[in-house]
Amino acid sequence: MNSIAYYPGCGVADQARSMEHTARAVLQALDWEMQELPRWNCCGTVYSLASDDLMRHIGPVRVLTHVQELKLDRLLTLCSMCYSTLRRSERFLNEDRERLERVNAFLDDEPDYRGGVRAVHLLELLRDDIGYSALETRVTRPLEGLKVAPYYGCTLTRPRSVALDDPEHPSVLEDILEVLGAEPVPTAQRVECCGSYMTASDPSVVRRRVTAISEAAAAGGADLMITSCPLCQYNLDARLAEAARTGAPRLPSVYFTQLMALALGLDPALDEQVIDPRPVLAARGLAVEVEA
Amino acid sequence: MSADVEMIQVYIMGRPYKVPQGLTIMKAMEHAGYRLIRGVGCRGGFCGACATVYRRPGDYKLYADLACQATAEDGMYIAQIPSVPADRAPWVLTELDRNTNPILALYPEVARCVACNTCTRACPQELEVMDYIQAALRGDISQVAELSFDCVQCGLCAVRCPAEIVHYHVGQLARRVHGAYRAPQAAHLADRVREVEDGSFEQALDTLQKMSKDELVEAYKKRDVER
Amino acid sequence: MAEQMRLSKEALSADFARRVEELSGQSPYRCYQCGKCAAGCPFADDMDLLPSQVLRLVQIGDEKVLEARAPWSCASCLACEVRCPRGVDIARVMEAVRLLSLRKGNTPLCTADVATMGLPQIALVGISRKMTP
Repeated sequence: MNSIAYYPGCGVADQARSMEHTARAVLQALDWEMQELPRWNCCGTVYSLASDDLMRHIGPVRVLTHVQELKLDRLLTLCSMCYSTLRRSERFLNEDRERLERVNAFLDDEPDYRGGVRAVHLLELLRDDIGYSALETRVTRPLEGLKVAPYYGCTLTRPRSVALDDPEHPSVLEDILEVLGAEPVPTAQRVECCGSYMTASDPSVVRRRVTAISEAAAAGGADLMITSCPLCQYNLDARLAEAARTGAPRLPSVYFTQLMALALGLDPALDEQVIDPRPVLAARGLAVEVEA
Repeated sequence: MSADVEMIQVYIMGRPYKVPQGLTIMKAMEHAGYRLIRGVGCRGGFCGACATVYRRPGDYKLYADLACQATAEDGMYIAQIPSVPADRAPWVLTELDRNTNPILALYPEVARCVACNTCTRACPQELEVMDYIQAALRGDISQVAELSFDCVQCGLCAVRCPAEIVHYHVGQLARRVHGAYRAPQAAHLADRVREVEDGSFEQALDTLQKMSKDELVEAYKKRDVER
Repeated sequence: MAEQMRLSKEALSADFARRVEELSGQSPYRCYQCGKCAAGCPFADDMDLLPSQVLRLVQIGDEKVLEARAPWSCASCLACEVRCPRGVDIARVMEAVRLLSLRKGNTPLCTADVATMGLPQIALVGISRKMTP
């Protein structure tokens, strides 16, 4: 059994438990174990873009230091935002030792961060460590006939310095969908922002964005969309359900890990969504038992 | 005061005083002539009334402790914080939605935590304050309750926090929610409540109420004490 | 859309442009106003100035940009960052303008509706940070 240190992040540990549940089960089937850090804190979610704001790098550094103290140098994330913030903070401090020294001076009697712990997104682990062929051998229930629009959002592929795929033409989600037997429906909107945290300040902007995203997916004939971020998922599910009242296509969204679980014959944990994906899955011959 | 007691110099609220070595900060203040009517309580480290911050000579660090617990040292700069200005969000336990995390709705500033750990360093109870704020952020109310259990509400965390969080109010809310809805219910409590409702203690209460003050004192002295 | 710009020695404040440059780590003078950032911005419809216009005001040192709504409509999605032919990270410039506005004591031009139960933490932390100088 391979193992990797794992950082849930606040969203995954709270309302995105279905993502963790299915990721853990899928990795288990692929002979990988996620070992949650014994202590962790919020990564800060939005990477600080100011050059003088070292305080906002303390959170990520603290998380990375926990990994360093376990004598490991990689940290698995499921959430795209955590992935981005952890990787960017690590780069920001590692490329200028003076910044790192100032952060360590602030941390005082706590262990210094020495640099070099890399956040790894689950999509990278699947593509680069596990490999698509290993995934394919575990597929027991191919998602034949299911049309899925991948939604990448922003932080998996932007900025370029930490992009895990091509910023304009990513393919990792499409590739995984094909391995699972589904038919990818790529749209131009798959890399366009859903409105992100503005869901807390300006939900109408988010509703407009998710309307555009779901319209593009529906135009391509998609049955549902997949996400890799609890915030994108919230916007494409809860906010889209609101937007659907005024005409947006009521297209369900699930985490890509949930579709993987379904294809591997594992519990897809599909009971948290506002827009229930089970009817469209059932219509494609992929009925999921509903627990009473 | 015997002559062989060594005296030290401390600075209380900016003024120098000679006090005997070995006193707590609270006793040193009283020795210096302060009559404490605020910022003092149980004198035993439990009530959290005597929040104090101090620095030592030649040390940049700002320390925080309870005045009744920390020992005064030579050269110390001491300031009392008799009250911490803080807003306690209004909530009624029975009206909180027991299935969701009420903390973020009542104390949204929890989301401002940058994990700097200053609160933990300030805590005289040596609690993992930052960890419980982080647990609050991710909705793990039981973890907040557990980690904040020994909080004495002195407020030093809230004084030091750069994100302006009032940690001890967050911890208290979590402990109430945890105690009411998450912690296993004690079977003997339900039994006792039933006994009260059934009137099992009416007669005993009646007897007590009819006693004179002297009889009550006598009965109190003779009571069974669980050992 | 911005009003017609009047370039004069008095209107220019090199200090302001330098402050934005320091804070963002981006030279505003690299921008040659092609407008690609504005064309691809998913939030341009909500902005009173296009991203390229924000950059233009910074270039000419016009502190009026501190009162603009545009930087507050930016979600740092970085669509502009990957497309800018001059390699300007425009989201950093937006962040610098927001911070300079906050640090001047201006009220953030966004409010968090945090009373809503069940909003993801990511959103609450994100909006809190946007509002904090």
